Amino acid sequence: MSDLTLMLIRITFLCVLWLFVIMAVGVIRTDLLGPAKSKSKRKRSERRAPAESRAPRPARSQRAPKGRRNEPRSLVVTKGPLAGTSLNLSPQHPITIGRANDATLVINDDYASGRHARIFSDNGRWIVEDLGSTNGTYLGQQRLTHPQPISVGQPIRIGKTVLELRK
Amino acid sequence: MTLPTATKRPPAAEAPTALPPVKRRNAELVMTLFAIALTLYAMIEAGLTRNNEMPPSLFLYGGLFGGLAVLAHFFIRFFAPWSDPLLLPLATLLNGLGIAMLWRLGEATGDTSRASAMDQLILTAASMVVFAGIIYFLKEPRTLQRYPYIMAVGAVFLLLLPLTPLGSEINGARQWVNFGFTSLQPSEFAKIALVVFLSGYMVTKRDVLALASRQIKIGPVKVLDLPRMRDTAPMAVMWGFCIIVLVILMNDLGTSLMLFGTFLAMIYVATQRGSWIVIGLTAFFGACAAIYPFVPHFRVRMVTWLDAFRPDVFCTDEAMANPESFCVTSGNSQQLVQGLFALAEGGMTGTGLGGGQPGYVPEVQNDFIFTAFGEELGLAGIMVMLMALALLVERGMRIALASKELFIKMFASGISFLIAFQTFVVIGGVTRVIPMTGATIPFVAKGGSALLSSWIMVALLMRMSNNARKPAPQAIQDEGATQVIQR
Repeated sequence: MSDLTLMLIRITFLCVLWLFVIMAVGVIRTDLLGPAKSKSKRKRSERRAPAESRAPRPARSQRAPKGRRNEPRSLVVTKGPLAGTSLNLSPQHPITIGRANDATLVINDDYASGRHARIFSDNGRWIVEDLGSTNGTYLGQQRLTHPQPISVGQPIRIGKTVLELRK
Repeated sequence: MTLPTATKRPPAAEAPTALPPVKRRNAELVMTLFAIALTLYAMIEAGLTRNNEMPPSLFLYGGLFGGLAVLAHFFIRFFAPWSDPLLLPLATLLNGLGIAMLWRLGEATGDTSRASAMDQLILTAASMVVFAGIIYFLKEPRTLQRYPYIMAVGAVFLLLLPLTPLGSEINGARQWVNFGFTSLQPSEFAKIALVVFLSGYMVTKRDVLALASRQIKIGPVKVLDLPRMRDTAPMAVMWGFCIIVLVILMNDLGTSLMLFGTFLAMIYVATQRGSWIVIGLTAFFGACAAIYPFVPHFRVRMVTWLDAFRPDVFCTDEAMANPESFCVTSGNSQQLVQGLFALAEGGMTGTGLGGGQPGYVPEVQNDFIFTAFGEELGLAGIMVMLMALALLVERGMRIALASKELFIKMFASGISFLIAFQTFVVIGGVTRVIPMTGATIPFVAKGGSALLSSWIMVALLMRMSNNARKPAPQAIQDEGATQVIQR
């Protein structure tokens, strides 16, 4: 076996080893951001779009939900054992909060009920509803008696946990 | 931190963090096959370089090792379908590279009784059986939370086992237990039991450790939050154990460093208080400095580390002739220095598998297998190994983030820290960053106990990631209905 061949084999091996690492990172990337398909689709649709409308508009339409002003975009835990946790909001999916394992936000709090409260969107307004919890859900200082709309930055207290909507 | 939710990805919206749950089993299969192919490539390269022919046992090794890894993959596909797709390929790659290197080293060291990596392959098979067993039988890792103190006693028992008459001493470190047909290194298993104990303990004592404190102020400036004296008891026990038993009695600095490091990391994860780390590190290094003059074998370790290149420590021929020199009376730094030379020989791209002379390093198949890789694959190659280990740790941390239960969070992060510290302790020792220790790189080095414990750790991570990534069962909205959540 000639030296050149061996050197090629050697360099190829290192390249293939790194390819493995890059593929592994690719798997993680897909895990975090979803399949890369959507990107190529977006490119294709951009390419298909007429040249003049391409410049600002695709970017704008991408950010359409962000553009609306008072639309809260995430639910953030500000106090309690889960402080710092944030959940993305999407209008189609109500968020349930409680100790039960199938709740969207599981809070491990002695004062919370299994299904404690629900936060859902009603035509762009976000509404918090107490699901008959034992110790109640507080909006500011007031205990909730019926579903109430909430705005960005208003503290919702469940047991020792305080949540609020953020833009 | 973002909790994974079971929400569907809103169409055409900005990149959301909540993706629909996916299994990614096919990605795992592709990556695993890739890792097997890399192993075989390594064997072919070594065979071509050394003997100018394809290795005759290639099909045997390829069939056995590849078959095992693919079987493990299908096992996961059926019994833990939601688990992380990268754990198995990374473990397979590290294990496979280790086998290929051991196969190649069998010729280099000239020891024909160890000229095959068949032992390691059989141990891999045994480890994979245990791996499958854990995934199959331990459906809920949180059940381990019930027995923290039994685990603690078990860990201490395993750590002390080599001090009993059963134990035997190999290369100056008393960490082996001889069972006649095989010898085991119980500390490899004790560390897992210890992580179980610490997770359980931290879950119950977290608030006390995190909140009760005394502030130390210099003038108006807050310097440090000191825990109350009585809350430092667990740390004191851990510290005393690491120093007295592991360093003084058993001369096992590596395990000591690794366990204490993991302990500090876990207490920090649980309490988010930096003062624990400050106190712990001060106590550990203070103790090391204090015992330095009194414990001869610890002093020997330090000297071979700090003065490795001194002629009478390195043992040149003149030094060997002098009966009073350091190397005749208490050992030498040849292994360390030859390892450094091997790494230097490798340079950026290495000499190619089979092209170097790793046989110059004594006991190269154990702790120093890293230098063999450094010599033959160069910096580019060992960085791949480090990346693989780092990704393994990263996936472990990711599992800790994704889990909802505190115990699982602690457990997964503890295991990740354990892998990270073990890697650091070994590679730091080999590259003369810290004193040489007796630990082994996870998955790579020869040794059944280390391999088995690494596969156990990956099995635990796998089971935890399966439970964390699995979508929650959909609640039935009708009142009063019962449903089977899990059978």
